[in-house]
Amino acid sequence: MTELSKTQAAVGEPTATSPAPTAFLEVRDLKVHFPTDDGLVKSVDGLSFQLERGKTLGIVGESGSGKSVTSLGIMGLHTAGQYGKRKAQISGEIWLDGTELLSADPDHVRKLRGREMAMIFQDPLSALHPYYTIGQQIVEAYRIHHDVDKKTARRRAVEMLDRVGIPQPDKRVDNYPHEFSGGMRQRAMIAMSLVNNPELLIADEPTTALDVTVQAQILDLIRDLQKEFGSAVIVITHDLGVVAELADDILVMYGGRCVERGPAEKVFYEPRHPYTWGLLGSMPRLDRDQQERLIPVKGSPPSLINVPSGCAFNPRCPYADVPKDDVTRTVRPELAEVGSRHWAACHMTKEQRERIWTEEIAPKL
Amino acid sequence: MTAGPGRPPGPAVRGGPLAVLAYLMRRLFAAAVMLVVIIMVVFSIFFLIPKWAGVDVALSFVGKQADPAAVEAVRVKLGLGDPVYVQVWEFFKGIFAGRTYAAGGDVTHCSAPCFGYSFRSEQAIWPVLTDRFPVTLGLALGAAVLWLIFGLAAGVLSALKRGSLWDRGAMIVALAGVSLPIYFTGLLSLAIFSYGLGWLDAQYVPLEDSFTGWIGGMILPWVTLAFLYAAMYARITRATMLEILGEDYIRTARAKGLREPVVIRKHAMRSTMTPILTMLGMDLGALIGGAILTETTFSLPGLGQAVLHAIKNQDLPIILGVTLITSLAVLIANLVVDVLYAVIDPRVRLS
Amino acid sequence: MSENAKDEAVASPAPSDGARREGVRGDGGILLKVTGLQKHFPIKKGLLQRQVGAVHAVDGIDFEVRAGETLGVVGESGCGKSTMGRLITRLLEPTGGTIEFEGKDITHLGVSGMRPLRRDVQMIFQDPYSSLNPRHTIGTIVGAPFRLQGVEPEGGIKKEVQRLLSVVGLNPEHYNRYPHEFSGGQRQRIGIARALALNPKLVVADEPVSALDVSIQAQVVNLLDDLQEELGLTYVIIAHDLSVVRHVSDRIAVMYLGKIVELADRDQLYKAPMHPYTKALLSAVPIPDPSRKAAKSERILLKGDVPSPISPPSGCRFHTRCWKATEICRTTEPPLKELRPGQRVACHHPENFEDQAPQDTVLLSAAKEAAELVPEEELAESAKTSAAVAAEVEAAGQAPAADTAAAPVQESGRKSGQEPGGKSTDG
Repeated sequence: MTELSKTQAAVGEPTATSPAPTAFLEVRDLKVHFPTDDGLVKSVDGLSFQLERGKTLGIVGESGSGKSVTSLGIMGLHTAGQYGKRKAQISGEIWLDGTELLSADPDHVRKLRGREMAMIFQDPLSALHPYYTIGQQIVEAYRIHHDVDKKTARRRAVEMLDRVGIPQPDKRVDNYPHEFSGGMRQRAMIAMSLVNNPELLIADEPTTALDVTVQAQILDLIRDLQKEFGSAVIVITHDLGVVAELADDILVMYGGRCVERGPAEKVFYEPRHPYTWGLLGSMPRLDRDQQERLIPVKGSPPSLINVPSGCAFNPRCPYADVPKDDVTRTVRPELAEVGSRHWAACHMTKEQRERIWTEEIAPKL
Repeated sequence: MTAGPGRPPGPAVRGGPLAVLAYLMRRLFAAAVMLVVIIMVVFSIFFLIPKWAGVDVALSFVGKQADPAAVEAVRVKLGLGDPVYVQVWEFFKGIFAGRTYAAGGDVTHCSAPCFGYSFRSEQAIWPVLTDRFPVTLGLALGAAVLWLIFGLAAGVLSALKRGSLWDRGAMIVALAGVSLPIYFTGLLSLAIFSYGLGWLDAQYVPLEDSFTGWIGGMILPWVTLAFLYAAMYARITRATMLEILGEDYIRTARAKGLREPVVIRKHAMRSTMTPILTMLGMDLGALIGGAILTETTFSLPGLGQAVLHAIKNQDLPIILGVTLITSLAVLIANLVVDVLYAVIDPRVRLS
Repeated sequence: MSENAKDEAVASPAPSDGARREGVRGDGGILLKVTGLQKHFPIKKGLLQRQVGAVHAVDGIDFEVRAGETLGVVGESGCGKSTMGRLITRLLEPTGGTIEFEGKDITHLGVSGMRPLRRDVQMIFQDPYSSLNPRHTIGTIVGAPFRLQGVEPEGGIKKEVQRLLSVVGLNPEHYNRYPHEFSGGQRQRIGIARALALNPKLVVADEPVSALDVSIQAQVVNLLDDLQEELGLTYVIIAHDLSVVRHVSDRIAVMYLGKIVELADRDQLYKAPMHPYTKALLSAVPIPDPSRKAAKSERILLKGDVPSPISPPSGCRFHTRCWKATEICRTTEPPLKELRPGQRVACHHPENFEDQAPQDTVLLSAAKEAAELVPEEELAESAKTSAAVAAEVEAAGQAPAADTAAAPVQESGRKSGQEPGGKSTDG
């Protein structure tokens, strides 16, 4: 991790005009807005981060925090195949291995999809086409990017199914998705996404639809495959347990923005944003003695059309009145460094947050 | 997370050609059983209802001024005095094995597909049906080809250009197509293209006489009938397509890096076809039983026209024959659709 | 690890650290008693709809719920936990067995017979979106039980509904709003208010928080806690999330393929699980602690998926995936027996306890495969209670090197050494 610190040290607030980055994936000030009848939905509203090959970034947030929209934005799936007039408005920069994707030729981005960057979705049953066999779907994914005959592609498909732990892959390759169990389907989905050796793998809630014991198998598989393929991985989840298992770095999203980002250990042991505290306090934990009571975050997630002014979290934050002059309700806090490679967006001073965490929050967890 | 019966994590079952064949056999058997039931029920309805209504079938066969002896002879010959189940059985036997009507020395043999005789013309029904069937079949199939081509194309384009001028225009035309009755659009097109411009002859020419003549005579009926159905199909196609385009597996196809036209053709279209096929099976089946309005408007000598005359003349055997042909057509069309279904959707083969 | 559990087991069935619950739980008689409960869903096929088999959703379970306690029910999909919930609330008709509520047999009561009981037994559903009629105001929804039962609460229905809304933390002025105007967490509160309307004795909650966001989950969990304390409710909480179940329950039943495999007081179950399935299930939960990331060896991975409930495995249903399975597991179904006070287990070779079938010393071949996914420490622990596993561990240890075989029980002997302090953050 130390070799990364040079590039990542510069990342507090990358400016939009800065030159091509050295990081493998760099997202700068990404905004994804959707026009609707009720107003502009600001699903992602200024998000920046970096990711290196071989590393895993966990994006954590609740529904509507913008985490899935971010992943589709990187894949260019908000613009591909969007029919009709209400197209998503996307701005910012997404640099993948030296190429800026948002300004690139859409057909070039299409060619990168599936080969340089691939995606695993939450529900493998609905994400696989019900009318084609698993084999046909993997073969298709391979042949888009490789000029090979069907036989070769099929061999490759069997090999991938074998690699992800599907028994009798040469037979199962001819099965339809509905003939697979949930865990097997997700394995097949993983096989399909890795068939072209992508350098970036985005897993959007990869285990949410699965049972615990199957989830454990799939997490194990993703971890092993990452070691083997050396890809950069983005794991998007609402489950702090899953990110803790997989991620090197964690990015916490709230209301379309990043509220805290840093190495996993920092975010778990020294979180510096009240929302992160809320997430940690909301979660019953098996690895601790029984908590008396959970410490939930009051209220509900914000509307993405009328995002609260100032800090988006202020209506739910128990410490909104700690900073003076109502600044939490008027000024939007920017990400500021709170430790080495660790940023948080909060108006409280570093010292105030350190004190609250160590004295008030940590002892109750 | 439920343990209901809906989704047992059962063992994988292979869905190959054998499964399709087994599925086909099951459907065939079911169709045959259905056909027998239909024949019996329809016959009972047609020959029992007159009885309840106080109409003497024998009398209507002979004519109003007939003397009682002749009526009695007909009653005996047609077996109208027999119990219902005997009559049903005789009728059923007649269709598959032929039947002999006998009253004293008056013996008439009616060979294999025997549907009886017309009350009015005393013609055997079967030749009437076989004469008229090709006309209706040609009308229905020709129109179906037209409406599928135009309906699907308009529907898909509207879905892909949702909200555009094209979409709105096409949907307004489609709304018109659905709402305007056939006798209006039919007469209008006759007035313009046949009587007004004189481009097309409104005369039906049998196919075996002249191919071009047949085509010329059928164009207006085809277009008129297809207009109505194309409009319905365009609307359904558009709605289904829009729904399918929002499916997760379409997103997966794009995430693989597929070109958009391939995504549409290979992934979205195949799913869109499923409900369209169901509709097609029903519509074709019903139309083959006679497109009454179209045939009347364009004076086509098809089943629909025959049944219309028969209704006017209370000619029960003809109505009965056409009803059975319609049922058979619907059955066959549905069978074909079911098989196509199994070919398209592997999940159907299992149930 | 287990000393705590033992103390409690001897002292009382109540967990000693859940002090706030003690008052409620002490006087609890048996409220609900279930014996041999079965539910088979027939599978019909063909034209004649002949029955060709059945989904054995719930296949003979026994348990009881004591007044004032919370019984948690966990298991994976297809284990029958939701069906069980619908059976005890009599939304489904049992195929076999009996259900007694307050000593009265309610197994086959008809609609009219159930009527008075509907006041005492209420259900909360998983999906707060689909379980509320979108065309009714929440006043109508929460007030419906009064109208259905013909009860006129003091001060009128409207006043009572508004009181209930404030009890569950909603604004009483929202009486006339429709469900779509509320967020997911608020809708679940509406569902809870409706369940509480008639002052029930037993509330069965089927995945009450799993459709909710983490921060909202905690709100609802706390609400359920508070309501139990204030109203003396008895809960049966069905969930797949083991952390949530541990947090809310006093006792926990673990289900697998239509059977209860283990039923124990919460702390005993989590600290010293006796059924290998319970142990695997607990170890599979991802722990939100990044320092454990490298400590992969703690996890017991199970092979494959849960078998089909249409034709469940013979004998012990877990034997196809268990690393301790021997011949007796394949042939004989283990009964649910109370091996320790407050801990019932259905296993021939339980963990943390003496072997129930020590004469059986040959592992099934499936078990040998399954053992490959089990960390060595755990295997060593299992070997203490299963002669067959012990023999295997012995054999495996002798082959590569003599020194490792000598101490199969040794802690962290063969770990790769790359994990920095596996248990640093405990406590």
